[in-house]
Amino acid sequence: MSISSKAFTKSLWAFHVSVGSCNNCDIEMLDLLTPRFDVERFGIVLVGSVRHADLLLVTGIVNRKGAPRLKKVYEQASKPCLVVAIGVCACGQGIFRGGYNSYDPVDKVIPVDVYVPGCPPKPEAILLGINKAIEKVKSKK
Amino acid sequence: MNDKEKLRKTIIPIGPFHPLQEEPEFFKLYVEGETVVDIDINIGYNHRGIEKLSEAKSYDQAAFLVERICGICSNAHPLAFSQAVEDLLGVEVPERALYIRTIIAELERIHSHLLWLGLAGHFLGYNTVFMWAWKYREPVLDIFEMVTGNRNHYGMNKPGGVRKDIAEEDIPKISKMIAELIPAVDMFKGAVLDDPVLHARLKGVGVLKKEDAVEYAALGPVARASGVNIDVRKDEPYAAYNLVDWKVIIENDGDCFAKTKVRILELYESIEIIRQCLKKIPKGPIDARLKEVPPGEGIGRIEAPRGECIHYIRSDGSNSPVRHKIRAPSFMSVPTAKASVVGQQVADATIILASVDPCYCCTERMAVVDRKSGKEVISSQGLVRLSQEKTRKISLSF
Amino acid sequence: MAKQLIFDIKERLGDIVFQMEEKSGKRIYLSVHKSDLRRVASVLHNDLGARFSTASGMDNIKNFEILYHFSFDDSGKIISIRTFVDKDLPSVDSLVPVIGSGAEWVEREMHELLGLDFSGHPGLKRLLLPEDWPQGKYPLRRDFKNE
Repeated sequence: MSISSKAFTKSLWAFHVSVGSCNNCDIEMLDLLTPRFDVERFGIVLVGSVRHADLLLVTGIVNRKGAPRLKKVYEQASKPCLVVAIGVCACGQGIFRGGYNSYDPVDKVIPVDVYVPGCPPKPEAILLGINKAIEKVKSKK
Repeated sequence: MNDKEKLRKTIIPIGPFHPLQEEPEFFKLYVEGETVVDIDINIGYNHRGIEKLSEAKSYDQAAFLVERICGICSNAHPLAFSQAVEDLLGVEVPERALYIRTIIAELERIHSHLLWLGLAGHFLGYNTVFMWAWKYREPVLDIFEMVTGNRNHYGMNKPGGVRKDIAEEDIPKISKMIAELIPAVDMFKGAVLDDPVLHARLKGVGVLKKEDAVEYAALGPVARASGVNIDVRKDEPYAAYNLVDWKVIIENDGDCFAKTKVRILELYESIEIIRQCLKKIPKGPIDARLKEVPPGEGIGRIEAPRGECIHYIRSDGSNSPVRHKIRAPSFMSVPTAKASVVGQQVADATIILASVDPCYCCTERMAVVDRKSGKEVISSQGLVRLSQEKTRKISLSF
Repeated sequence: MAKQLIFDIKERLGDIVFQMEEKSGKRIYLSVHKSDLRRVASVLHNDLGARFSTASGMDNIKNFEILYHFSFDDSGKIISIRTFVDKDLPSVDSLVPVIGSGAEWVEREMHELLGLDFSGHPGLKRLLLPEDWPQGKYPLRRDFKNE
């Protein structure tokens, strides 16, 4: 594996985007920072700007107002940037599919690397999803 | 302030309640120097068309749909919806189900208030409060997982009763968990209510006068902190609230400190309600086994952690509601930000808006744009940092 | 307590309420003409001290129906004012001048989702729908179908 991708997978900086979610997945994600799961010991931190991020954590169905913003955020992220869709809503809009304000699911707006289904997925599942994203990078190079 | 005046003022965004969300416009603050002179509230970033979706779902499915309106108060909506259907039918719910509903609702109140406490601590720069509040939230979520199968989105309430029973062997575990919460809440009470720096940050800040709380028809802890004595659990008792002893917490100052105090003291009341319910819960059925919903209309309301949550159902005898109107408590409480943040300092804006406790799913962000240059004046993170910086400065002077 | 409340309403409003339904001890529905809406709301809110809880509009195909739900917190009752609005003239007086800012948002919501007009509302603009949502399409109307 090249040095850059080895370094890349060591300590992922994550940026969180929520477009039209009930915020449950967002809370479970914030739970990762708290003492029980303490994701910072893996070097994963949540950053304030997408330009510093290696990892994009997306939640929500992507409604009409949110779709252009999601696209803009992804374009601003410096590549390579892994995208993890968290929750059933991000994976395929879930129970809100077909609503008048539901636009397209996340993978029709930006490319997705890992899907973590669940409503909401447990923090351990989100961590597993991030792990799978890391393995995906490792297996490529 | 008319539109022309607004163009000349600087606009400041109010940050997200979740440190890392991105941009939606939620609050636009207009400032002169350090003082907020006006506020625009824009929402709609989480609008998912739920009322329309509900018209295509059966009554059973609608309970799962409305649960997902909000992640924090996910029990509140199915309970209000179930009660609306029960109001339409005029049925009585079995007593054991009433007690189970109360226990789940109060556990939800505890987890919601602890969550809020953590976020408020974060905005004030007390990250330790954030970590500890969320750490003590975890046992509550464990109980939910043990009883209902999920940490959030429990799927417990249905028209006619509850879906799952609480096993006998689980009751001592719940008792033990809430007994262990009491010293933790004592610690928060001491840490928050006796801290001179927090007094300086919260007292007299963001006052919502009683007449404004009534004008805006504010609800929940926001109203009770301004001296308005409303609580659906006492005004129109539902579930088992009139079968146990507890009191409504009222404060009169209306400032951020009063709102914090109300939420912390409500934690004690919730613990007490659960303790009594676990002792008194009778044996028996948990479901009235409703069959059809005849034509008619019904209103169900409950006291969610943020205030009165009300659902209205109209039925034409078919399997789906003809009209399902949902009004979450934050809909009435968020506009009170206009009355409580105008005239205050920018550095206090984050905590004032957080003390309204907008339900996360209405929480969108703010953008600060300087009208002249079109550029962001202060980012949302910047506002949180302003607030944390103010705390640091005050604590140095002690 | 219940009887006193109903007595007070009957005394103050008389025939303005052309139908009163007591669905249960805690749920009472008063049907009024839309021209009497402000008067009835004022009596409930200002004279009798009710709190405005919310309003629900619906499309009945032949007309629109709006319900304003008022809560009497002392007794736990909800008294709902029911009024009908013609499809051809979907306009009604705004209650904001009479009962205060509590009605602002919910009237905006009914305006954008059902196409109802509230005359006298201080700022009737969109609340929930995006700016690029097409004009004239009202999601909660019967003829609007989710795709």
